[in-house]
Amino acid sequence: MGGVSDDVIKSTPLCEKHKALGAKMVPFAGWLMPVQYTGILEEHHSVRHACGVFDISHMGQFHVQGADVTEWLNTMFTNNLHKLSDGVGQYSIMLNERGGVIDDLIIYRLGENDYFIVVNASMIDEDYAWLMAHKPEGSQLENLSSEYVGLAVQGPKCEEVFSKMCPGEILPEHNGIRQFVADGDTLIVCRTGYTGENGFEMFCSAERGVEWFEKVIACGAKPCGLGARDSLRLEMCYSLNGSDLSPEKTPLEAGLSWCCDLGKDFIGVDVLREQKAAGRPTALVAIEYTGKGAPPRHGYEVQLRDGTPLGELCSGVLSPTLGKGIAMAYVPTQHGKVGTEVQVVVRGKAVPAVIVKKPFLKK
Amino acid sequence: MSTIPSDFKYSSEHEWISPAADGVVTLGITEFAQSELGDVVYVDLPEVGNTYAAGDAIGAVESVKAASDVYTPVSGEVVEVNEELGNEPGTVNKDAFGAGWICKIKLSAPDEVDGLMDAAAYSEFCQ
Repeated sequence: MGGVSDDVIKSTPLCEKHKALGAKMVPFAGWLMPVQYTGILEEHHSVRHACGVFDISHMGQFHVQGADVTEWLNTMFTNNLHKLSDGVGQYSIMLNERGGVIDDLIIYRLGENDYFIVVNASMIDEDYAWLMAHKPEGSQLENLSSEYVGLAVQGPKCEEVFSKMCPGEILPEHNGIRQFVADGDTLIVCRTGYTGENGFEMFCSAERGVEWFEKVIACGAKPCGLGARDSLRLEMCYSLNGSDLSPEKTPLEAGLSWCCDLGKDFIGVDVLREQKAAGRPTALVAIEYTGKGAPPRHGYEVQLRDGTPLGELCSGVLSPTLGKGIAMAYVPTQHGKVGTEVQVVVRGKAVPAVIVKKPFLKK
Repeated sequence: MSTIPSDFKYSSEHEWISPAADGVVTLGITEFAQSELGDVVYVDLPEVGNTYAAGDAIGAVESVKAASDVYTPVSGEVVEVNEELGNEPGTVNKDAFGAGWICKIKLSAPDEVDGLMDAAAYSEFCQ
């Protein structure tokens, strides 16, 4: 399964707890993770309508501090760190010299020249190596990924769950970060998520991870697996690195120009400036089925209605909320306009679809 | 796995077929198969009138995460399909051995049935 052999696959401190809760475990990005507990559809709907909790301990955390690290990190990431005040974070992207995506991440400003960064599980080692290779002397970069258990608590009832779990504490504002001590453990709570719902992500000590996971569940959150996480994020058109983002595509092609400040200098900016002037060769578009058909999946071909090939789907799912197939694909920019009629080829059958405005789920 | 019908036959690809009535068998996927797949959201049914050889893919059952081909363990012509699955694919999860049937096949080589597993053998196969 997945080409990752059992002897190298990693597991989070919650692994045995997942199994005890009846989770189906699958390899993902080198980690053994729960894909579902009771069912992907039920878990998906519980996040849209109540509250769910995801194990995100596989994700990576870096701590960066030292004189002038703001200036240095501003050359490493596309978004502008000068927009941040203490306790606030932003979505950002790290590029290679060709302007292609190495990783997308969230960076929080803890204080002046003091940052907490959350990166994708599959990219921890590569991100760390890339940052180390560019790090100026005198600044510190620590990989704290194995020290934390991460829990994403997501859904309209997340605030109730939080106040039961940490009475008297307050959640940070949208995109904010707060550290505080609860039950003798230092918690880092970030007001972000990957589902499109109100939610927070919390990082606690790895040793006490099972205890906090049980507490979140006892306070009303339903355990949810990666299956629901994928359908939830795709309804919102949130990119998944490795599927929708790649070292061969720029963030402009991925539709992420909103977090690329081309007025500052960073690795890859030249390519982005040229692309902005000359036009993007391809664009990551949102594709929605207009007819019935088998669920769209990664790798399926997308064509114009006359059969002209446009590209392959990066991500796809039968949307549990909308009840129809939704997908994203890079297509030549001239064919990427909203309203363009396309078709997705599934086992030789063409399913009619149309390019729509992002996100699929209007909230 | 407590409720494997004792009079059905089973394939190593986790399909079941019912005993033949007038040379026609009903085909579906097993409880084990549906449980491995998770929530079924789409069933690709074969077309009535198509003929298949044993081992051919006749359609697919898809969950949110995975697409799984359905193979016929017997040769013959599709004489009926379970159209209800178009509206309620989840029936495959709820009643894999009953209302979640996929199609009916008129056997062209009835002896092939003898080569399939019986309930006891299939039960062991799933361990």
